[in-house]
Amino acid sequence: MSAGADVALCVEDLRVGFDTRDGLVQAVDGISYAVAPGRTLGIVGESGSGKTVAAMTAMGLTRGLRTRVSGRVLLDGEDLLAASPARLQELRGDAIAMVFQDPLSALHPLLRVGDQIEEAVRAHRGGASRAVARARALELLELVAIPNAAQRIGAYPHELSGGMRQRAMIAMALANEPRVLIADEPTTALDVTVQAQILALLRRLRDELGMAMVLITHDLGVVAETADEIAVMYAGRIVEQAPAAELFAHPQHPYTWGLLRSVPRLDAPVGAELVPIPGRPPSLIDPPSGCRFHPRCPYVRERHRTVDPALEPLAARPEHGVACLLPEAERQAIWSGLTKGASAR
Amino acid sequence: MAAYVLRRVLWGLVLLVLVSLLTFVVFYVLPSADPAQLRAGRNASPATLAQIRENLGLDRPMTAQYWTFLSQLAFHANLGYSYFSQASVGSLLVDRLPATISLTLGAIVIWVLVAVPLGVVAATRRGTWVDKLTTGGALLGISAPVYWLGLVALYLFADDIGIWPLFPGAGSYVPFTDDPWQWFTSLILPWIVLASTFTAVYARLLRGNMIEVLSEDYVRTARAKGLSERRVVWRHGLRAAVTPLVTLAGLDIGLLLGGAVLTEAVFGIPGIGQLNYQAIVHADYPLIQGTVLLAACFVIVANIFVDVAYAYLDPRVRTS
Repeated sequence: MSAGADVALCVEDLRVGFDTRDGLVQAVDGISYAVAPGRTLGIVGESGSGKTVAAMTAMGLTRGLRTRVSGRVLLDGEDLLAASPARLQELRGDAIAMVFQDPLSALHPLLRVGDQIEEAVRAHRGGASRAVARARALELLELVAIPNAAQRIGAYPHELSGGMRQRAMIAMALANEPRVLIADEPTTALDVTVQAQILALLRRLRDELGMAMVLITHDLGVVAETADEIAVMYAGRIVEQAPAAELFAHPQHPYTWGLLRSVPRLDAPVGAELVPIPGRPPSLIDPPSGCRFHPRCPYVRERHRTVDPALEPLAARPEHGVACLLPEAERQAIWSGLTKGASAR
Repeated sequence: MAAYVLRRVLWGLVLLVLVSLLTFVVFYVLPSADPAQLRAGRNASPATLAQIRENLGLDRPMTAQYWTFLSQLAFHANLGYSYFSQASVGSLLVDRLPATISLTLGAIVIWVLVAVPLGVVAATRRGTWVDKLTTGGALLGISAPVYWLGLVALYLFADDIGIWPLFPGAGSYVPFTDDPWQWFTSLILPWIVLASTFTAVYARLLRGNMIEVLSEDYVRTARAKGLSERRVVWRHGLRAAVTPLVTLAGLDIGLLLGGAVLTEAVFGIPGIGQLNYQAIVHADYPLIQGTVLLAACFVIVANIFVDVAYAYLDPRVRTS
């Protein structure tokens, strides 16, 4: 997972902590990943797993007195964490851009959509005249398939539907054809049918523009079709990471199993029950000892309460990493038992 | 929008009639002093008093008196004549209005120019000395009564009694048309004193709004776009934070145009506030009615203006 020649974004041992009155909240605790141009990494996890904080830190949006950050975030080899505020401002919205969860709150309510997109264009093309920026904004709205773009360019966010708003948000992020696009729960606030459209749009744009994409979600269904690789985060760490097909075929971590079994699937046997993951996400001020998942894990052994597992590649498939203390053979047996149990019903 | 404004204006007229009725009733039902008695002097004979009452029309039934006032106003734009000076109330108001407008407009300029930067800077540098100075100063400005602040200002800076005689003192007001320079210098102290309370209130409100707005998602979006911090704060942040304040400012301006009684009194500025005060002292009913109606007019107009302005400032209001 080193920064190869064909890597747009490379995160190395990123740690993010927030000083609070109750203590240090270690929201992200040593995560690493790399994304190549034209590829998508899906980051999956519950609320509070640190997935959004990691992305915001990469964008420099968590900088502040109360934040403690270490590690490296390399954008085409340049460390964003070490970048000066001025340099970061140049890169944001230009080489690296972000799409947020709820477009209604993420777009300025008092400014026209077109003006907000124009602003993104002009922020990085110093010499661009208003007319040029306007033309570019219109082009972008057409690129994200907003019908009647010429009229919608003058609309305020509240005058657009949820899906249209998210398209406008995406248009804004793409204003300067970024190398890396981070999409943080881009479909969570949308209707299911619109979700599929937005995901298809993101895939198309990724391929057309050759962007590296990081798709953050709590929903494995969202990343299933879109991501090439998936990282599962739990309590600030990546607990499992594998190519998408591999992860769905041979999930290794009990937490991943929990995620898979708590999502309804069309190909599941009729009558198969959804199984929630028991318990709640752990405190990040005082995380559990040993394996952080052990208080919620049905397969916990005494040793797991004290030994902290590292993310290690499987012997047979080194592209698949997992941080679990259960022996690989035993995991295999449990997972096939779980899937058989479901189909036996 | 035009229909909306027209409807509001008609309602405003109804409101003005109600205000005039209320003023009339309060004056007659709860008389502070008998106007005839005040005019006639201490040892007037009953005959003189009766004569004066008849001259002023005070002997007629109350409904007839009110009807006379209303019809004169409606058909002849006539507010009646002062009991005290016999001058027409309309001309008295017109005479006094420039001073009040001068005082109000200057104060607005100061309070906007000071409160907006202070509020923004205090919000963006929370906890620093700028913030502490602003919030502390705001508390002082809000707590200090205008008449006290005015007297302190005169005592410190007036050219007649001040320790540092920098500005003209009380009673130095001249109309702009007479001498623009003296008009300007004579109003410096009153402007500052009148603006101080408002500056304090608005700086605090803006600070609070800004802090709230700067944590909004769309401000994060603005940063993520790569906008400069200055643009993020002053365009995206301030644009949203200042909108609710415009409403408040419109109403405050309406109130002030009706007469800043205390400030005008302390600095001897011959404005509407002074006129109103004198009218009450002299139990000068037509003049009271005139000043009250003028003040009500300003408040109503300010209200309509604020609602229209708000629709332009916040597109979400326009569609709903």
